[in-house]
Amino acid sequence: MGELYEKLTTDVRFIESLKACINCGTCTAICPAAEFYNYDPRKIAVAVQSKDDSQILELLKSETIWYCGECMSCKTRCPRGNAPGLLIMALRALSQDLGYFTDSEKGRQQLAIKRAIGDKILSHGYCINPESISPENHPEQGPVWKWEMEHIHEVMDRLGANYQGEGAGALRKIPEQDLEEIRNIFEVTGGLERFRKIEEFSKSKAAEMDIQFDETAQNDYFQMIYTKDNQTHTKE
Amino acid sequence: MKIEGKKLIWKEYQKEIATDDYFYARSCIRQNFFPGSEKAFTRILKDELGKNLYDSQHHTSCTGIGYHTDVVPFETTMTVVARQFSLMQEAGYSNYIASCITSFGLYTEIIETWKHFPETLEKTREYLFKATGREFSIPNNLAHASDIIYKFRNEIAAKAKFRLVDKETGCPLKVVEHIGCHYSKMFPHKGVGGAEFPYVLTGMIEAWGGEVVDYPERRHCCGFGFRQYAIQANRGFSISCSRKKFESMAPYEPDMIITNCPGCPMFLDRWQYALSEMEGQTYGKNGNGIPVFTYEEVAGLVLGYDPWDLGLQVHQVPAEPLLDKIGIPYNPENKFKGANGEDLGQPDAPNFLKFYKE
Repeated sequence: MGELYEKLTTDVRFIESLKACINCGTCTAICPAAEFYNYDPRKIAVAVQSKDDSQILELLKSETIWYCGECMSCKTRCPRGNAPGLLIMALRALSQDLGYFTDSEKGRQQLAIKRAIGDKILSHGYCINPESISPENHPEQGPVWKWEMEHIHEVMDRLGANYQGEGAGALRKIPEQDLEEIRNIFEVTGGLERFRKIEEFSKSKAAEMDIQFDETAQNDYFQMIYTKDNQTHTKE
Repeated sequence: MKIEGKKLIWKEYQKEIATDDYFYARSCIRQNFFPGSEKAFTRILKDELGKNLYDSQHHTSCTGIGYHTDVVPFETTMTVVARQFSLMQEAGYSNYIASCITSFGLYTEIIETWKHFPETLEKTREYLFKATGREFSIPNNLAHASDIIYKFRNEIAAKAKFRLVDKETGCPLKVVEHIGCHYSKMFPHKGVGGAEFPYVLTGMIEAWGGEVVDYPERRHCCGFGFRQYAIQANRGFSISCSRKKFESMAPYEPDMIITNCPGCPMFLDRWQYALSEMEGQTYGKNGNGIPVFTYEEVAGLVLGYDPWDLGLQVHQVPAEPLLDKIGIPYNPENKFKGANGEDLGQPDAPNFLKFYKE
């Protein structure tokens, strides 16, 4: 048993996810990601079950652990009660902890997610708010959302939301004392440490790739990881 | 009477849902896209059912999207959730309702984790106290908001002004129900009807006069996939999943789709628009889409609420064909007006998907 495998065993999600895989492939059959990407959760369960650190290291650096959509359909159907989706979560956590996520195109996307969603939790108390979903970055949202964004205060008022307001209600401004508690929780529990690691490893990778990197969303590295697809991930 | 077969399975999956005095936690996604639904939920509970519902300004995101995009560690999420439970306790409540399916699944996962790994509960208590000075109790009853509407579906039916029935033919409408994956795929016993035969929306549809469409990809994910939608480069995954569902349901000619998840109604609505722009394909009749609703919107329509009070004007796939079929009155002039009747212009029409009446 290797060091990486031992690290995985400290994650309760890993313990819950993998009892004894019988290699039947039911998870792959039901998996929406396996239908779209070059992805096979069965192979991941078998590789980790081997307890072989070289195979686990390969996974931590791979594209494949980033294909899962965490719908957890695999959990329902596995005849042994395993949950490859939870196993993926444990592998992703370790990949970020050790910095291997920057070795893959899909893994590098974690920086964009950290900035778009992680930082939003700390600044607003929500994972997303209307300003996160700009019509420019989200053309699929269509003309109604564009109209809504152009009249955001009036539309939210019409729909009974309390947009940026005091007191209870949808889209309210969360009081500063509550945000302070959330930030303290992130500091105490390792949430901020995860964020710092994502930033630092990404910055090093950008330097290694010689791509411009800064704190804004407009930098070349951010734009690359948010939009680029090397066309090798999906099935024919 | 001896209970056997499917009845036995059904009995096993009955869940206990509290009858009153709820602490309500809102959803990040829903408040952006369907604030009218959360408004309708509070209105139905308070005004129609006479229930006591506490709406706190102090709760935050449960971090669910951050957790399922893997940027937020489990320990952090557990402690943020513990803080929500602390707010519930502080307000004097013990029945917790989540508006969000991701939150509901996460609360369930966390409570189960605390049960199976008691050391994680102790650690969470330590973390929360150190960070905030707070203590907390685990809710006596945890429900998703759709569980509550399900529980009172017959009371709503008794007050109904409209039913899910074609006003011309008297036939039940054909309704697709779509359950958010995290409602019961991880913990089947925590959802009404389990994971394979979830009954939470079906029960509402049947009580309100509709007929459920049983189509092959009924349980397939809408395609949110967290990081698969959050990142522009990954959105092909998301739209492909929804497309698979539309292709599977379209031959049954459904009148409407009802969902119980924050993301699903938005994706099933928006991806119909995107697919029409990309492929010229629409999935309803004569260039229309299949209108998509939250369960609160449908409950509100059944109760006779104004469609624009419910927020149906912010759907990209217009709801009017369905309203016409049931015979629900609405004023098209008011669709895109503000709260005080001010003119806010109107959205552009899509290239293919029928949007304005000719």
